[in-house]
Amino acid sequence: MSCTQTIMDYGLRSLGYGERLLPRSDFTLCQQFTLIGSGLIWNVYFGVIALAAGFFLATALALGKGARPAIIRKPSEWFIFVFRGSPLFIQFFFAYFLFLSLKSVHPVFDPFSSAWAGALVVLFFNTAAYSAEIFHGALKSIPRGDVEAANAYGMSGWPRFRRIIWPTMLRLAWPGYTNEAIFLFHATTLVFFSGFPAQQQKGDALYYARYFADQTFNPFISYPILAFYFILLTLAIIGLFGLVNRRLNRHLPPEQRRKIRLRPNLIR
Amino acid sequence: MFSFCTDPATLSDLPWMACYLTTGKHLNFYWAFGTVLLLLAITAPAALAFGFAGATAARSRFVPLSLLGKTYIAIVRGVPDIAFFLFFVIALDQGIEYLKHQMVCPDWDQPIRQGNDFIVCQAAKVPLGNAAQWVHKTYSFFVAAFTFAIVFGAFAANVLYGAMRAVPRAQLETAEAYGMSHRQTFWRITVPQMWVYALPGLSNLWMVLIKSTPLLFLLGVEDIVYWARELGGSKTPRFTDYPHGDWRMWYFLVLLVFYLAFTRVSEVVLDRIMARLTLGQATTGGESQRRAQA
Repeated sequence: MSCTQTIMDYGLRSLGYGERLLPRSDFTLCQQFTLIGSGLIWNVYFGVIALAAGFFLATALALGKGARPAIIRKPSEWFIFVFRGSPLFIQFFFAYFLFLSLKSVHPVFDPFSSAWAGALVVLFFNTAAYSAEIFHGALKSIPRGDVEAANAYGMSGWPRFRRIIWPTMLRLAWPGYTNEAIFLFHATTLVFFSGFPAQQQKGDALYYARYFADQTFNPFISYPILAFYFILLTLAIIGLFGLVNRRLNRHLPPEQRRKIRLRPNLIR
Repeated sequence: MFSFCTDPATLSDLPWMACYLTTGKHLNFYWAFGTVLLLLAITAPAALAFGFAGATAARSRFVPLSLLGKTYIAIVRGVPDIAFFLFFVIALDQGIEYLKHQMVCPDWDQPIRQGNDFIVCQAAKVPLGNAAQWVHKTYSFFVAAFTFAIVFGAFAANVLYGAMRAVPRAQLETAEAYGMSHRQTFWRITVPQMWVYALPGLSNLWMVLIKSTPLLFLLGVEDIVYWARELGGSKTPRFTDYPHGDWRMWYFLVLLVFYLAFTRVSEVVLDRIMARLTLGQATTGGESQRRAQA
């Protein structure tokens, strides 16, 4: 069987298209690359949507944590503490079983007991909490002169936030936020490791890598392939976020620009 | 556990709960919390020791030693998290068995790697095939603890390396002016002063360490995640005296609360340590403490 045939058969296997049965024996490198790559679709799906939606919630939470009235500040602080203070692994388990029990209460919760919605919600809240902490730190380190200058121009409220505070906050937070994005993508591999089941063997990249490692008793091929894909993904993220970083910093003299530095992180 | 627990089916809610929560399996569940704490108690100092060794090695003026320290830090920090935990345990296990195999069975003629299988002689199995159950459990626990220590040691080494360099140059110059040797300067000036610079990084690391303990589950240790899944699943009257529905949600809620409480307590304690360490240091924190007292 040629490699193009394999790609046709298994390229979208993780979404349920193509060949139904996974290969059982005589695994070729092409099969491993194709299936693990196909699983990567899920990692990208979880990562992109959680990050995009989490960005807005994170901004709201960061502002909430910086707000004076306790009625806004306390809930934001608690939200951030709950999601940053406990292991993501346990959050996944808890959310899965929670959605499982809610399912019997109302059919609205049906989709949440499967990974595409349930795990996405957890990742969304989780990345929102982590990003909110980064944004909050940036919000606190906005130079006082910037805000005073805005005041002097007669800006206040929404225009001041949109044109001065928010861009400055993003500029200061961006290197940390890039790091957060990278490790959110790494964290998506935990989805099928915890409670959420992979129906009809539609799993993510780590799921297929594990499948091959279990079938061949040889972890030294499929895991490096997985690592290879994740390195590519990380480089893509760094490239993309680097472009945004350039835009955010475009008004500054070159020596004042903040560079993105990769800071390796452990599990969350 | 209690005397009234002989026939749980007849009990009302509260005593039923008391009996249910003190069954043998639940006691194992409570012990598993002890396992997590024990893991932290062993790993934290071990990782700090690895970190200190790594950082001093990386700073060494003897080039091979410094390269060794820097490689250790770079490799472990560069490899993704789970991959290291999944890999290293297998590699360590096979490495130990291979070394023991070389010592115990020198006249073994078959290859050790046969295709996908890793085969050593029976006498070289670690632990031995006929060893008691608790030996196996203890062994896998210590392999896990060692893996944690190696990984977190590299991160600690990085923090300590930065902290040693953050000690103000003037302090070291003063020590040299007093005629202290290199070694004396290191132990009497650098090491006591570096902690205040290292503590923010180390406390961050401690929080991450707490949050990574559920990985024990992946390493095959019967930890709290294992027991929560085991005990929470729905039970029919056929197999147990205490039938109940799917309670896994509540068990994981308990775990969530346990971790949150642990994190909170750690935060408070670490804040206090930070305040204590900042006392009298040549930093802005120390300066503001001095002002507050004056």
